Amino acid sequence: MNQEHLAVYEVFVRSNRGLDHKHVGSLHAESPEHALMYARDCYIRRSEGVSIWVVESSNITASTESDVENFVEPMDDKPYRHATHYVLPEKVKNM
Amino acid sequence: MISMDTKTIDEAVELAKFEQKIANEEKIEPSDWMPEAYRKNVIRQMSQHAHSEIIGMQPEGNWITRAPTLRRKAVLLSKVQDEGGHGLYLYSATETLGITRSEMIEALQSRKAKYASIFNYPTLTWADIGAIGWLVDGAAIVNQISLQRTSYGPYARAMVRICKEESFHQRQGYEIMYELAHGTPVQKQMAQDAMNRFWWPSLMMFGPHDADSAHSGQSILWKVKRESNDFLRQKFIDQSVVQIEVLGLELPDPEIVWNEERGHYDSGPIDWDEFKRVINGGGPCNYQRIKHHKKAHQEGEWVREAVRAYRLKQQTKNVA
Amino acid sequence: MNSIQTNEENKTSLFRFVVALADDSVILSHRLSEWCSNGPYLEEDIALANIALDYIGRARMFYQYAAEVEGENRSEDDLAYLRTEREFTNLIIHELPIGDFAFTMVRQFFLDVFYHLYLQELVKSKDQTVAAIAQKAIKETRYHLKRSEPWIRQLAEGTTESRDRILLAIDELKEVVGELFDMPSWEIELVEAGIAVDRQSLKPAWDKHVQAFLSASDIDFEDTRLQITGGREGIHSEHLGHLLSDMQYLQKTYPGMKW
Repeated sequence: MNQEHLAVYEVFVRSNRGLDHKHVGSLHAESPEHALMYARDCYIRRSEGVSIWVVESSNITASTESDVENFVEPMDDKPYRHATHYVLPEKVKNM
Repeated sequence: MISMDTKTIDEAVELAKFEQKIANEEKIEPSDWMPEAYRKNVIRQMSQHAHSEIIGMQPEGNWITRAPTLRRKAVLLSKVQDEGGHGLYLYSATETLGITRSEMIEALQSRKAKYASIFNYPTLTWADIGAIGWLVDGAAIVNQISLQRTSYGPYARAMVRICKEESFHQRQGYEIMYELAHGTPVQKQMAQDAMNRFWWPSLMMFGPHDADSAHSGQSILWKVKRESNDFLRQKFIDQSVVQIEVLGLELPDPEIVWNEERGHYDSGPIDWDEFKRVINGGGPCNYQRIKHHKKAHQEGEWVREAVRAYRLKQQTKNVA
Repeated sequence: MNSIQTNEENKTSLFRFVVALADDSVILSHRLSEWCSNGPYLEEDIALANIALDYIGRARMFYQYAAEVEGENRSEDDLAYLRTEREFTNLIIHELPIGDFAFTMVRQFFLDVFYHLYLQELVKSKDQTVAAIAQKAIKETRYHLKRSEPWIRQLAEGTTESRDRILLAIDELKEVVGELFDMPSWEIELVEAGIAVDRQSLKPAWDKHVQAFLSASDIDFEDTRLQITGGREGIHSEHLGHLLSDMQYLQKTYPGMKW
């Protein structure tokens, strides 16, 4: 009754040349090669992509929400990293 | 005692954050803290949705080998295949909540999980394929469009993809109906009969009236569901009446009449006894649908076993 | 199209040749489509439907061209839905019931290897339409083969049960593969005209490929002398009639209607 022996793979599709691969979902497969073929059959039936990545879900290391405070928020206080932090003299319209 | 208190306080803080996100129309993502009841609610709704796609392959699959032209055959096969694909997207999105696909399949086969009741009706004629594509997919789309804004991120994203793909499903169904309705008297009768049979079950797809809907209240508060059953049903009726007129078929419900004051069509009462009977297993095909699913699953068991055995052998080889 | 032959005799041969390729495709796609909602798991179910769709597409292109060659105002659907058991000239291997998953995959493997070789030659056809269809089809077939080979490998080396099923399927299919390499008289004519492919000449390469692939999984593939043939003459297995009565049911019950 079970399907656990098929590993779960995350699927990333590049929809057009010049764009990043984007996560689109997951599927079950017996090997990375099969996962790639199934990704083709399951996720780009309408030619939604020109390139596919698959990666076994268990190989992904992810940040968690509980990390946010220490992990993401400290990035918040560096406004000088953004262009909008700097006021241009009026005569210079664009930079 | 102290740790319990801390836990309670932590939970209260988390809950407040969660509710804030919902209020701000932010999506809830898989790794976020969420109330257990929310998790269960979303799993219930998503897996039920996934099962509907999968079981829905059967009534239409019943006509793939008998489709009347090569083009219709290709269209129908790709449509039914899409349903499988949509089931996959939804299972995949549900798995992000920590339930496995086999657990979901087990729940389906043991009838703990439900699926859209409409698939418990048989497809008797070719016109039924038209009626399903047009009405059943049409009703599903009305519902799914509103679900693109559901609060659970993976569900919302799956809905966006599914809606994009489903627009052809409804059109191909309508095209079949149109061809029949403008064909010979026999064909027109076939179309009328199919519409008459699928009309009421399509209305039932939106679920009980708002006042009687068991899960609706909380789902709306959590923004898992975005619109009420009755609101969506009305939308579907309004859009369908025009389409029926274009087909030149008789309305399936003699009580359908335009209500100027409401700006909507009024319609006759739905037979909720039938709805309850079918959803609880008393429809013409409930038994058959689950039996079919179990049979395919059981017959695939040796294949999945072989795959696992081969994979283990390869891993051992690679290690050695 | 400029590829239509002017010579009457050649025209009949070309029609028979093209319509037979269409029959092969439509019948196989019909069988493959029977897997829809019956696959061993969802991903495979979806993948098999894609292959069935490839073959429907192929059938339509060949039928459309056959109709054009014939010039009798018949449509692709007339050819697919209004011909009888004896008029269908598909090779028998395509029409056998799907059996279990092993049977289906062994059949795909045998056919994928065959079509891989066959289409590589057919793309060189002097008939431009035939060549163009072959050009499209070969891309599909390359992918099909990429899928069927690992399946045979895993099932042959997976469990005792899966291996037994593969061996049984090979045994059952062995006696219908020979027909793939038979040359009916009208096809020989077309080979001479540079339009068709000499199927017989593909046999050694097919044998070599199949034998090498199977022997890597410790399976001896020996040619059997017993071969069932007759498809191109309209002499089929008993299964085809049932398939057609299913497939042609609507067109035959309601003659002359549009769908």
